[in-house]
Amino acid sequence: MTDYEAVIGLETHIQLNTHSKIFCGCKVDSWGDPPNTNICPVCTGLPGVLPVLNQAVVEKAMRLAAAMHVDRIQPTSYFARKNYFYPDLPKGYQISQYDEPLAVGGSLDVPLDEGESRTVTITKLHIEEDAGKTVRADGRRLIDFNRCGVPLVEMVTGPDLRTADEAAEYLIRLRQLLRWLEISEGDMEKGQLRCDANISIRARGETVLNPKTEIKNVNSIENLRNAIQAEIDRQIREVEAGRRIETWTLDWDEDSETLRKMRAKETEADYRYFREPDLLPIVITDEWEREVIAALPELPLARRSRFVEEYNLPLYDAEILTEERSLADYFERAVALYSGDPKHISNWLMNDVLRIIRSEGILASDLHIKPEHLATLVQMVQDQTITNNTAKELLDRVQGSGEDPAEIVERENLAQVSDESELRDLATRILDANPEQVTTYREGKTTVIGWFVGQVMQATQGKANPRVVKEVLETLLAEE
Amino acid sequence: MSAPVVDLPAYEQARRIRDGELTAVGLLQATLKRTEAVEGQQPSSRPYALDAADLEKVHAFINRTEARALQRAEAIDAALAAGEPTGPLAGVPLAVKDNFCVQGTATTAGSKILENFISPYAATAVERLEQAGAVVVGKVNLDEFTFGSSNESSAFLPPVGNPWNPAHVPGGSSGGSTAAVAAGEASLSLGSDTAGSIRQPAAFCGVVGMKPTYGRVSRYGLIAFASSLDCVGPVARNITDTALMMNVIAGPDRRDATAANLAVPDYLAQLDSDLEGMRIGLSPDYFWLKIFDPTTGVLEEQPISPEIEKAVLEAAELLAGRGATIVEDVPMPNTHMGIPVYFVISRVEAASNLHRYDGVKYGFRYGEDTGDLTELYRKSRGAGFGLQPKLRILMGMYVSAEQYEKGYYERALQARTLIRQDFERAFDPEGQYGLDCLLTATTPTTAFKIGAVYGDSVLMQYADMLTVAANHAGVPGISIPAGLDRGGLPIGIQLLGPDFSESRLLQIGRAYERATEDASWRSIRPIVVRNLP
Repeated sequence: MTDYEAVIGLETHIQLNTHSKIFCGCKVDSWGDPPNTNICPVCTGLPGVLPVLNQAVVEKAMRLAAAMHVDRIQPTSYFARKNYFYPDLPKGYQISQYDEPLAVGGSLDVPLDEGESRTVTITKLHIEEDAGKTVRADGRRLIDFNRCGVPLVEMVTGPDLRTADEAAEYLIRLRQLLRWLEISEGDMEKGQLRCDANISIRARGETVLNPKTEIKNVNSIENLRNAIQAEIDRQIREVEAGRRIETWTLDWDEDSETLRKMRAKETEADYRYFREPDLLPIVITDEWEREVIAALPELPLARRSRFVEEYNLPLYDAEILTEERSLADYFERAVALYSGDPKHISNWLMNDVLRIIRSEGILASDLHIKPEHLATLVQMVQDQTITNNTAKELLDRVQGSGEDPAEIVERENLAQVSDESELRDLATRILDANPEQVTTYREGKTTVIGWFVGQVMQATQGKANPRVVKEVLETLLAEE
Repeated sequence: MSAPVVDLPAYEQARRIRDGELTAVGLLQATLKRTEAVEGQQPSSRPYALDAADLEKVHAFINRTEARALQRAEAIDAALAAGEPTGPLAGVPLAVKDNFCVQGTATTAGSKILENFISPYAATAVERLEQAGAVVVGKVNLDEFTFGSSNESSAFLPPVGNPWNPAHVPGGSSGGSTAAVAAGEASLSLGSDTAGSIRQPAAFCGVVGMKPTYGRVSRYGLIAFASSLDCVGPVARNITDTALMMNVIAGPDRRDATAANLAVPDYLAQLDSDLEGMRIGLSPDYFWLKIFDPTTGVLEEQPISPEIEKAVLEAAELLAGRGATIVEDVPMPNTHMGIPVYFVISRVEAASNLHRYDGVKYGFRYGEDTGDLTELYRKSRGAGFGLQPKLRILMGMYVSAEQYEKGYYERALQARTLIRQDFERAFDPEGQYGLDCLLTATTPTTAFKIGAVYGDSVLMQYADMLTVAANHAGVPGISIPAGLDRGGLPIGIQLLGPDFSESRLLQIGRAYERATEDASWRSIRPIVVRNLP
């Protein structure tokens, strides 16, 4: 059997998280709002209305363009009308960009396994307005215009991806970037990030592009992966059976996990694009572009590499800490306040702090445990001022109250007992009280030492240094 | 005998109301009485029959908003009585072309497809006029979606009659506006001009009509025809009223991105200055018309009407007498491309602008429930649009289709640039001509008879051939009454100036008005008001 490879390109639409819509003052976020409540004459296309561009949309799109390393942000770009009829498109045309988009060229590096990466190119990046939503109920079409005029960025990748996993990884990295740049939440289930996939296959080693199919309406990264894999498998079966691949548009049915043919794509629709006469060209001065680029944060992959080099972290740690920008910021602030090995901070962050972040569904920047609190806490553990257990309890308490952990330790006398003579007296009393266990130990079942340690810890209310306790017990038990 | 109050200049009406010599309600009632006398049967979308009396009537209003007007007028009188500030147009009756949204009123654009559309918002220009105290007396007729130069294509008939001879058209598409103002049914009207739609009917009806520079007046709330050509402007009976209205409607608008962010001068301030040092041009390309034969494509030349030519040349002499320098033989070589280029550009934009009328959201929907979406579109648009929108949609779709777009739309845009360059050359202060304005005829002929041209879309379009170039170039133009022809129909002359030169055009227009103050034609009134008590 021939060895096949897939050729995959993704068309993504990103909903920008500006406060108001692209051409009017209505708010963008309609999640959970009743239908047709965030609308006005402009976004519903009443006779006589005109669009006015929201500059914040341009600025957010420019940030994405800069982060996608575009060849150039165009000094002058234009809006165009894409004309077609659909009930949820109230003007009968979508204001988009066409021949002169905001930015051209660009790429995103997608890390693959074993340190490799795939450079995924985009040909252009443009901004446009969203249409409304059609809902079918009781044999009727109901239209919700809330989404009309929500700002979108469209980016289409080159045919650069080769597997379903790579495609999923691209979306994961893109979503990470969107959140990192604070321009979109990138939540696919809420439609903030939408993706259609174009797929063809060819014998490995060939360079031709064969007829492709398009998968639409996939609303999660996992579904995208499954849908692409199913389509690759289908195309291989078809070709092996001697049949041709036809340029279909396919719909992923989430429930049955199968692809459904929506329509055969015979000819491209003619949208009769022409320049939008109601809007001025978008003019981006060098100064504006410089400002946007200067304000751009260090990007996730660059930061990941720096974390490995600068803090000597394992790639695994660096990856998790840079998944989200506020966590990476948090880490670096804590490290700056901590005199020991950054790995200690990383361990605490990845294990205990992340647990709090996830269970509360918040960002690192929302934590009541501030980076200085974490640095103090880890410092106290490393200095053996408090035990691990005490530190873990303190984490939850600080998250609850926002109090300085050093003050709590001081006030409640939580510093651990490391004074050997004090511990020796206590340990002697416990050994004397439990002759049977002592005998067991001396008969060679040394694991019982753990039980003794536990008894001492309990007697000190967890404040004893367990390492010292163990040493003291071992010495006493060896003495007879 | 003093002129009836409704025929006074708007500025004089406003002064009398301000000074307590007249009330807004009094003026409104006089205006409604005049309307009652001249209007005849109300145009509607139903079949109509004309009796003999109706042949003498104007039929300007699609909708009269008397109750709303009365409320406004009473509010203005109350404000004046209380010593509260009112605007410069307090109490002045205003007719609004029915392609502008006026909050809470039907806004039809002359089309059945919008017959039941009540606008929930107001156009910027309307809002500014109402804030200035103007009293909207109603919505006046127009060619359907402004697609015409005679008012005959409106879905609301009988068509508007020219107050100077109701068997003739008032011009279009702002024919309802110019007829209403000429007949004293309103003192001012708000019009729109895409190829000459204010200036051409102003010339036909013997009133002043100005198309400002593109971007000078906000288009927000104007139902779009061709967005890159559409301009909002005033219709009035004299230059001073035009300037007064420009003062109110011009200026930046945060709701229109194409409205120029440029301060507005006081158009009244310079009105009576003399013309010393002004350079006014005459171009042979505006006296000899070059028309492409629609079937052969051969360019044929013909002169404009000799009576109109004479009026233009007399105007030049009068202006020279007031201190202006007349510059002859100014070449405007691309003028003849104005109409063909317009055929392409306006229709591409129109087809797109008409997409939203689909029977889904508002306006006319054919039948009640059809299960089939395409059927809903087809039937609603098929029965809702008249012939003109259909023709323009077809042509617009054709010339913007992927396979033809390069040959038509792109070339038309290039030719539009050439037309713009004609004006830049003529107005370049450092150039050979250094003109302050061009003086031309507004129209090749005076008002033609109802039915004489309608049906020939190409010939009808040529009524705009002297006005359309200004829309392509974006420059301002004004049509000014300049006498009557042998048949007693008004003649209009046109001034075209560089970008944002409205002040100068008004000043030159006012100089002409003063120079012709005593001309005998000035005492002749439109036939529909001549024998009124």
